[in-house]
Formats: sequence, structure tokens, C-alpha cells
Amino acid sequence: MLQIGLGHYLTVAAILFTLGIFGIFLNRKNVIVILMSIELMLLAVNINLVAFSAFLGDLIGQVFAMFVLTVAAAEAAVGLAILVVYFRNRGTIAVEDIDVLKG
Amino acid sequence: MIVQGLLFYLFAAVAIASGVMVISARNPVHSVLFLIVAFFNGAGLFLLLGAEFLAMILVIVYVGAVAVLFLFVVMMLDINFAELRQGFLNYLPIGGVIGLLLLVELVLVVAGWGMAPGATAAAAAPAPAIDAVTNTRALGALFYTRYIYLFQTAGLILLVAMIGAIVLTLRRRKDVRRQDIAAQVARGRTVELRDVPTRGGV
Repeated sequence: MLQIGLGHYLTVAAILFTLGIFGIFLNRKNVIVILMSIELMLLAVNINLVAFSAFLGDLIGQVFAMFVLTVAAAEAAVGLAILVVYFRNRGTIAVEDIDVLKG
Repeated sequence: MIVQGLLFYLFAAVAIASGVMVISARNPVHSVLFLIVAFFNGAGLFLLLGAEFLAMILVIVYVGAVAVLFLFVVMMLDINFAELRQGFLNYLPIGGVIGLLLLVELVLVVAGWGMAPGATAAAAAPAPAIDAVTNTRALGALFYTRYIYLFQTAGLILLVAMIGAIVLTLRRRKDVRRQDIAAQVARGRTVELRDVPTRGGV
């Protein structure tokens, strides 16, 4: 029970990933929470990569997790910037209103 | 070993619980704070796995930068979040069904998974023993040699994202008078004599 194997980490990552997808369905009107759900899913992916890296004794998984982290940070920054500009122009961020991105 | 197992269950339980709170919290500010908790516990899991460098990077980049960015945006935008939550319960059944399906599939994959014989021997970059070389040093030795181009590309992506975010959100306001140093320097005659009438001023 207390012997933690690869399967334990993979299960945690699977649950977190599912929570992210569930969050996208649940908060379909709120872009900010959708972005947070995407961050949650990326965290799950990173846990998978690092768990495999640790249990296979291969450092490439951690290198790749680092790149995933980089791209996730860039994505969050640009996404939130677009959100701020959109709110400044339209005064709303409800998802059903965001069908035109043209300023 | 027992302490490690207990810590794993602690980190995993708190991470999953805060993940649930992220998607179900009424207030988006609470969502962001629970996201921070989830990332902290993810960093704890990384530590248990022996990936110290990534754990610290996760805390610094996510808790220190991304989560604060989220918090900033949530607090800056003046949005009626109660309105955005309408229909929350309508999406619950379909979302629940799809989420459950996905979870069952993923757990089936995890349960039926097995390591191929000789998989550890085929490692592209075998991790050195932890008492010989630290995790950070081993990762650095990979980043700065074999993956230097990818590393530079990652930096370039961050630069592009930074410039993109600045260009998107920067706005020129017309009603602000800025100091225009170029115009000041380019002025022709900076010193001149004038005959000022008495009690008149310039």
C-alpha cells in the first residue's frame, strides 16, 4: 500500500487531467477558468513526464517537462493579454460573445 | 519508505482536492488560489520523484509568475462572474459523463500498462546516481550540450510571448503629456533674448 510505484503517479495525473477537461465543460462561459483548467491539464502532463523519467531512469522526460513548462507560461501570458485587450474593447469576456476577434 | 508513501498520498489528495476546487469555486479569485495550492502539491510530487530542479521551477514560474498573472487579470477585469456561472448545472451531466468516460479510459490504460523488457537499458540520457551528480547539474549538462538549440528556442518563445503580451496590452493614451526628449533636443534656438514689456511677462 505504501510502496509507491509508477501507477500511483499516473493515476494522480489521470485524475488531474480529467478534472481539467471537466472544468472546461463546467465553466463554458468563463474564459479565465477555462485557461486555469488548461494549466491543470498541463500540470498533469508534466507529472506524467517526470514520473516516467524517474522510474525509467532517463532524464529526457524532465528536459521535455521543462519545455512544456516554458510553452505553458508563454501561452498563459499571451492568452491573458488577449483577454485584457478584448475586455477593453468589448466590455465582456463571456465565451458566447467572443465569436469575433476583430477589434 | 513509509514516510514517502504517506507524503505521496498527502500531496496527491491535496492536489486533487484543490483541482476540484479550481473548477468548482464560485469566485475566480478562489480558483486562482486553489490553482496555486495544486501547483505547490505538484511540486511536492516532483520532489518525491527526485526532480528537484523542476519542482523549484514549478514553484517559481507557476506560483510566482503565472498564478499571479491570473490573479492580476481576474482582479483587474470588472466582470460579473455570477452571470458567467449561469448554466453551470446544465453542463454538469454531459461534462460528468465525458469526464468519467475519459477517466475510466485513462485508468484502464494505466492498469494494463507494462514496461517492455530492456526499456531502462534503452534510456537516451541515463540519469546519473543522485549521490554522484545532483539533479540540477545533470539537467544542466543536458540542456547546455545536447539540447542547446531547443533550449535557445524555448528562450526565443518566451521572448516572443513577452513582446506579444506587451504589444497587445500597451495603449497610447492621448490625454497624457509625456516628456518627448527627442523633440526637446531637436529644438533649434534654445537660448534667445527677448524684450519683455514691463508687467507683461513672456
